[in-house]
Amino acid sequence: MKIVVCVKQVPDAKDVRLDPKTNTLAREGVESIMNPYDRHALEEAVRLKEKVGGTVVALSMGPPQAGEVLREAVACGADEAVLVSDRAFAGADTWATSYTLARAVRKVGFDLVICGKQAIDGDTAQVGPGLACRLDIPYVTCVRAVTGVDGDKLELQRLMDDGYDELEMPLPGLFTVVREINEPRVPSLKGKMRARKIEITTLSGGDIDADPACLGLAGSPTQVVKVFSPQFNRDKTMICGEVEAQVEELVAVLEKLV
Amino acid sequence: MLKIDTDACTGCGICEDNCAFGAITVEDGQAVAGDNCALCGSCVDLCEAGALSIDKASTGPGTDLSLWSGIWVYTEFRHGRLAPVALELLGAGRRLADDRGVPLTAVLLGHGLETVPETLISHGADRVLVADYPQLAEFTDDAYANVFEDLINRERPEVVLAGATAIGRSFIPRVANKLSAGLTADCTGLEIRKEDGALLQTRPAFGGNIMATIVCPHSRPQMSTVRPLVMKPLPADASRKGEVITAGIDPARLSSRVKVINSVSSESEKSNLQEVDVVVSGGRGLNDEEGFALISELAELLGGGVAASRAAVDSGWIKYSHQVGQTGKTVSPKVYIACGISGAIQHVIGMQASDTVIAINRDENAPIFDIATYGLVGDVFEILPRVIARLRRD
Ligand SMILES: Cc1cc2nc3c(=O)[nH]c(=O)nc-3n(C[C@H](O)[C@H](O)[C@H](O)COP(=O)(O)OP(=O)(O)OC[C@H]3O[C@@H](n4cnc5c(N)ncnc54)[C@H](O)[C@@H]3O)c2cc1C
Ligand SMILES: Nc1ncnc2c1ncn2[C@@H]1O[C@H](COP(=O)(O)O)[C@@H](O)[C@H]1O
Repeated sequence: MKIVVCVKQVPDAKDVRLDPKTNTLAREGVESIMNPYDRHALEEAVRLKEKVGGTVVALSMGPPQAGEVLREAVACGADEAVLVSDRAFAGADTWATSYTLARAVRKVGFDLVICGKQAIDGDTAQVGPGLACRLDIPYVTCVRAVTGVDGDKLELQRLMDDGYDELEMPLPGLFTVVREINEPRVPSLKGKMRARKIEITTLSGGDIDADPACLGLAGSPTQVVKVFSPQFNRDKTMICGEVEAQVEELVAVLEKLV
Repeated sequence: MLKIDTDACTGCGICEDNCAFGAITVEDGQAVAGDNCALCGSCVDLCEAGALSIDKASTGPGTDLSLWSGIWVYTEFRHGRLAPVALELLGAGRRLADDRGVPLTAVLLGHGLETVPETLISHGADRVLVADYPQLAEFTDDAYANVFEDLINRERPEVVLAGATAIGRSFIPRVANKLSAGLTADCTGLEIRKEDGALLQTRPAFGGNIMATIVCPHSRPQMSTVRPLVMKPLPADASRKGEVITAGIDPARLSSRVKVINSVSSESEKSNLQEVDVVVSGGRGLNDEEGFALISELAELLGGGVAASRAAVDSGWIKYSHQVGQTGKTVSPKVYIACGISGAIQHVIGMQASDTVIAINRDENAPIFDIATYGLVGDVFEILPRVIARLRRD
């Protein structure tokens, strides 16, 4: 089975902040990491490969620096690494990203594509379904367990808001994973050595025969017009004094409200 | 591309210091943009010399936008139950429809829908488009997306809203992709822009640290998934009149490549947090499961539910289904009592719509106090047992 895993390099979201005075993103100490959900996607791909044989291709779209997460993916068990990179991709929204990834995934070839549920920068969860749509293959989102594999279909459990669904998906297909699906392994020494040496295949917009009108900012139907810090305004009363006094006042508040 | 006017650029470095992506460097007294520029635009406003710009005008040729009219809401129905977000969206959709002077249409897919359309009309819909087929009894991305896509193509609404639920976030991206429409995920704010009637869609990104407002200038419909419990439903008005329309669907469009073998509703996956009036929530400050036993006791006394910050869930003190925040549930009870929670933005994003917030934290500088209605600086282990004793006595 040939499995393509889509991995994204993201800024570590917990460090990203807007400077309240200038209303701009503060860069200080923002590290680039592999999108946490994609680690689980990769782990599931490697487990499937170990079960039924095949190859795992880690694929990322991003600037040259995104090669770092591909090396990390190889250290964690991917066999091949593909970087889809072109300045024309800059500013892509989920529609343009799905388009670009689809062209690249087709070029690489696949039986199965696995994505993370969402990337922690944009938090959209739209690229997985969008990519499947572009590839014209079935998909399942929020998979929390792969319960059966056979040559041409998978049995999957999809997390729902009120429980879970048990599903059967024919291959070729795509699924996205939630974090509870598995516990990703740490890279092995051998993996790390392979990662250092591996040749990353790089594909440009031209290599995947992409229509320039569909790429990057130009190909994106959505546009960001404003960014700002979340604001929460509330009148605040501090309940002060000795513990006993605080408790009395709190109880009075609770009795009034509840 | 980020354009840098080399004559205007003074090389001051403000853009370099403030780029979240580390994409700008000043070389030889000139700003230079690197490959990792995400075109977020935050440097543009900041540049005192006005040297930076993003050429957004070059974006896509439009369809004739005037052909698209009306506000649509996907009203999610599953296992005999209307998702609460469906009524919230009708509330939001009503406001948008009135602002635009167009009708509000609810789209109802499923099987055994019976009196549901009347409920939707009483909550604000002018029209209900109903597709009631056995093939839609269980949710599948293929069939739901096909049907929705066909309906949108037939009638061309300008705005399509759906709940940012497991179902909405799964099949709506497929619909948007098929229509080449822009889709904004997990919105918490929707407004009509006065000048041109465009939909301004506001949503948290970067784990809730940043809010972004998004428009779809050239594509229709403008599509958004909307976070549950953020919009307010209208009270039911049985005297409201509306039209119920049965939508004919090509049977070929009702089949799905993915088969549902079994659909399990499991109590343990559910938590009643979104239905109770009082939520007592604990964070890392509760130290362990014992701490949660304490807040459970308080919750029970107040007839409420127990929630937690991610730090507490990650520590294994309580199950994920109780987690509130960016990666957990959104709640908006009458009273939210935060115990030993610092108030990190990722947590706050999930509870800021609560009517009253009571915060107990021993650190007077904890950010939770910034959003609290009542704040108590103190030790939860001193305060809570006394509160519980007092409530028991009364
Ligand atoms: C992408 C992303 C998504 C995230 N999503 C979520 C999410 O959905 N939900 C979420 O909650 N978090 C989320 N987080 C994590 C979030 O940023 C915080 O790390 C987390 O909310 C902190 O939890 P906490 O307040 O319990 O712990 P801490 O920040 O450690 O705070 C504990 C607080 O308890 C106080 N305290 C300690 N002992 C006592 C005592 N005895 N009495 C009174 N006060 C005491 C301390 O003063 C401190 O303020 C996310 C992070 C990222 C990066
Ligand atoms: N630039 C990218 N390169 C590779 N994979 C991506 C990229 N963007 C998104 N993905 C994949 O799509 C998933 C969902 O991303 P998103 O829709 O941006 O939240 C991620 O977990 C990745 O698996």
